[in-house]
Order: sequence, then C-alpha cells, then structure tokens
Amino acid sequence: MEQFIEWITQPWPWYVAGPLIGLTVPILLLVGNKSFGISSSLRHVCAMCIPANIPFFTYNWRKEMWNIMFVVGVLLGGFFATTFLSNPDTIVVAEATQQDLAALGITDYSKLLPAEIFSWENLFTTKGLLFFVIGGFLVGFGTRYAGGCTSGHAIMGISSLQWPSVVATIFFMVGGFLMTHVLLEPLMKMVGF
Amino acid sequence: MKVEDKVKNVQPVECEAPNMQASKDGLLKYLIIGILFGAIFVKAEIISWFRIQEMFRLQSFFMYGVIGSAIAVGVISIQLIKKLNIKTIKGEVINIPKKEFRKGQIIGGFIFGLGWALTGACPGPLFAQIGSGFTVILVTLVSAIAGTWVYGRFADKLPN
Repeated sequence: MEQFIEWITQPWPWYVAGPLIGLTVPILLLVGNKSFGISSSLRHVCAMCIPANIPFFTYNWRKEMWNIMFVVGVLLGGFFATTFLSNPDTIVVAEATQQDLAALGITDYSKLLPAEIFSWENLFTTKGLLFFVIGGFLVGFGTRYAGGCTSGHAIMGISSLQWPSVVATIFFMVGGFLMTHVLLEPLMKMVGF
Repeated sequence: MKVEDKVKNVQPVECEAPNMQASKDGLLKYLIIGILFGAIFVKAEIISWFRIQEMFRLQSFFMYGVIGSAIAVGVISIQLIKKLNIKTIKGEVINIPKKEFRKGQIIGGFIFGLGWALTGACPGPLFAQIGSGFTVILVTLVSAIAGTWVYGRFADKLPN
C-alpha cells in the first residue's frame, strides 16, 4: 500500500499519461458518440451567456452540455489530484530549459507554474496583461478560428486521419516556436522581467 | 456563391464537432471522465508552464511522447472501431464529423500557438490549472472566452 501511494504521488511518465489521454477518444465515442474536444466548451459558454444574436453562437447549445460537464470535471480532477495525490517534491525541469529561463528571470520551481508570472499580484500589471489577458485572448480567439485545439485537432483530428487537423497542429507548433524563440524575450523585457 | 454566403450568414453556425448521439444522454458520466482526465493532466505535470517551455525549446521529449502516444492510441482505437464496426453502448453507429480545410486552421492555429507558449496551456490544462489552485488563471479563462466571442462576432469578416 505504501509503495502504491508513493507510486501514485510521483509524477507519471509520458508513456502512462499519453496512452491514457489517447483512450479518451474511444471512451467518448463509445459512451456517447462524442468527438473529443475541449476548446468548444468556450464557445458553448458564449452561446449560453452572451449569444447577442450572432449566428456563430445561436446553435442548440443544450445538446452540447456534455462538453461543459467534461471541462467542469477536468477542473475538479485538477483539484482532487493536487489535493490528494500531489507530488511533494519540486518539479524536475530540463537543465537547458532552466538556464534559458534563468536568463528571463524565471527561477522559482516550487510550483507547476512559475510564481514570478502566475500570481494575483501580477494581475493589474503589464505582466498580467501579457500572460493572462493577451495570452488567454490568443488562446480563445486562435482555437476557435482554427476550429479546435490540441485535443480537437492534434489528438481527435489526427487520430481520425483528417489532414486539416495535421495542418492546424503544424501551425500550433509554428506559433509556439515563434513565441518561445523570438517574441518571448523582448516581450518579457518590455513588461519588466 | 454570393446568395449561398448570405443564407449561411443568417443561419446558426453548427459547432465543429457536434454531439452525434441521437438518443437522450445522462451527463454525469462526462463529469467523471473529465475528472479522470484532469487528474492525468496534473499527475503528469502537463499543466505546467515549464513542460510547454521544454517542448517548444526542444529540450525534453516528454510532451512529444505524451501527444505522440495519445495519437497512437487514438488512431488504433478508431481503426478498431471502424474495422470491427463497434457501436456505442446504446447501439448507435459511431459518427465522427469530417473536418473541412479552412484558412483558419493556418491563421487561427498560428495565433493559438502564440498564446499556448505564453500561457503554457491549451484550453484543457487551463481548467486543470484553476482546479489545482492557480486561481489567477480564471482571468486567463475569461480572456479566452472573450477571444472566442470576438472570433464569433467577426467570423464572417475574417479570411476563411
């Protein structure tokens, strides 16, 4: 039992987590004929709360409530795993990444997200504007424009062998590489890192 | 083409991957699947901003292993479902909506990539981060919902 507890509180390797995430695809199909996708939930929230007579938000969102239940579950799952199965040690990050991030002023590895960026104190600063407001907006706008995110395109779309999803995934990576290698440093300097 | 476009603009735009189940459906099971899924995200530290930095800096195989093996399991399961003609638990034929190619997959995909590297999270991990106690990510989530709304508002004016 003690060994089991130790095993389950350790961070899980990719070859455990990846296949389990992949299993979500057949489970959702078999349980309810649903295609795996997460960013659609943001659209359903818009359709539910602020449709404003926009055709993009005037579909039957009630039929898609399963998706909202799913993301509420993801939030609760995050809570349970953190509360009951949390790893007490600091996160292990690649040496090279630590060096790169130190140059940007990121050195706090005590939590899964760096406290230098992701804290309430930063909310009403240019740091918060960049990482929360602009970052979130790009994620919401971009995923909907692309018609899906990592789950809907990279996992569900490619799993069902749909080439438009391969295109989308390639451009997710292009955007990510450009931000990380070209834009991130000047942007972070600009907001005071 | 012009007339078609006009008709399209006044009709509701169906979502990308609509619910294909014909019969009625209890919602609790999706909450449970979501809980398991969110727990995996946290246990494998996929919700970590550091993991996404490692991925985009090509300094760790971890995220490539996660996404790659998830796709491998997905491909095999869907092939099995098709080859063996497996039905849903309610006996319905499994139906996967076709994704049509649009310019949005390029432009929107690129924009999402920029945001992914900043926030260190795609939409799934955003929810799990909030649940893990990073409550300030609620602001990121609200902003992502705003971004979704702005896209919907101007969808017909953007190249697609």
